[in-house]
Amino acid sequence: MSFARSLFGTTRTRAYVGATTVRATFSNRTPLSFRILQAHQARYLTEHARSAIDNAIKSSSVVLFMKGTPEFPQCGFSRATIQILGLQGVDPEKFSAFNVLEDNELRQGIKEYSNWPTIPQLYVNGEFIGGCDILIAMHQSGELAELLEKANVLVPELVENAETK
Amino acid sequence: MSGSGIASSHIEAVIRERLNSTHVQVDDISGGCGQAFEVIVVSPLFTGKNVLMRHRLVNAALKEEISAIHAFTQKDYTPEEWEKKQQQ
Repeated sequence: MSFARSLFGTTRTRAYVGATTVRATFSNRTPLSFRILQAHQARYLTEHARSAIDNAIKSSSVVLFMKGTPEFPQCGFSRATIQILGLQGVDPEKFSAFNVLEDNELRQGIKEYSNWPTIPQLYVNGEFIGGCDILIAMHQSGELAELLEKANVLVPELVENAETK
Repeated sequence: MSGSGIASSHIEAVIRERLNSTHVQVDDISGGCGQAFEVIVVSPLFTGKNVLMRHRLVNAALKEEISAIHAFTQKDYTPEEWEKKQQQ
């Protein structure tokens, strides 16, 4: 964890803090719909939730739905995913994280939206990439580096450094 | 969430039955409460499918089980890939 963090130091943290403010989108929903959703254990997506998630996914090139925040992940899988994105050199300017623990509608809705049962979930340029297991596998095989480079979401200095090596 | 514990043997049986699996390994990593599992699935159904499609197959087969537990992590191989991995 300290390794991933030390790659970028404060720049990264600051950008991540900026990224977390995007979460406010989800705090604006009415408490009533939230309660109804819980009461019925709804398994469908409300229009509101779907459009909020649409907007969330469009908010940055790299979007992570996670438990906790990048600074304080509240689940080992979310933590591992943040570490991988850090090691890969994802540009914090192009990254947003949404904390599903802060919003139950998002927590349930994102599972339906992506047709994916677990958190974290990663989107790159609007496309669902996968959860933690997939990111670990793609990280190890080199596919993730390729995908992120093609998507043009890596920190520019790191790309230059890599080329001079 | 208490009382929704699921046995490893149940997960294994479901995978064998629904995924035509030749080898299944289910580890209960919850420390006994039946809420967290790590599975290895070997199945010919994975041939020609990328990692995302494989995971979607397994997720679909275990839809109810996964929604009832806290953590689920998987590794999916074709029989050929698994054999190669065993030889390493």
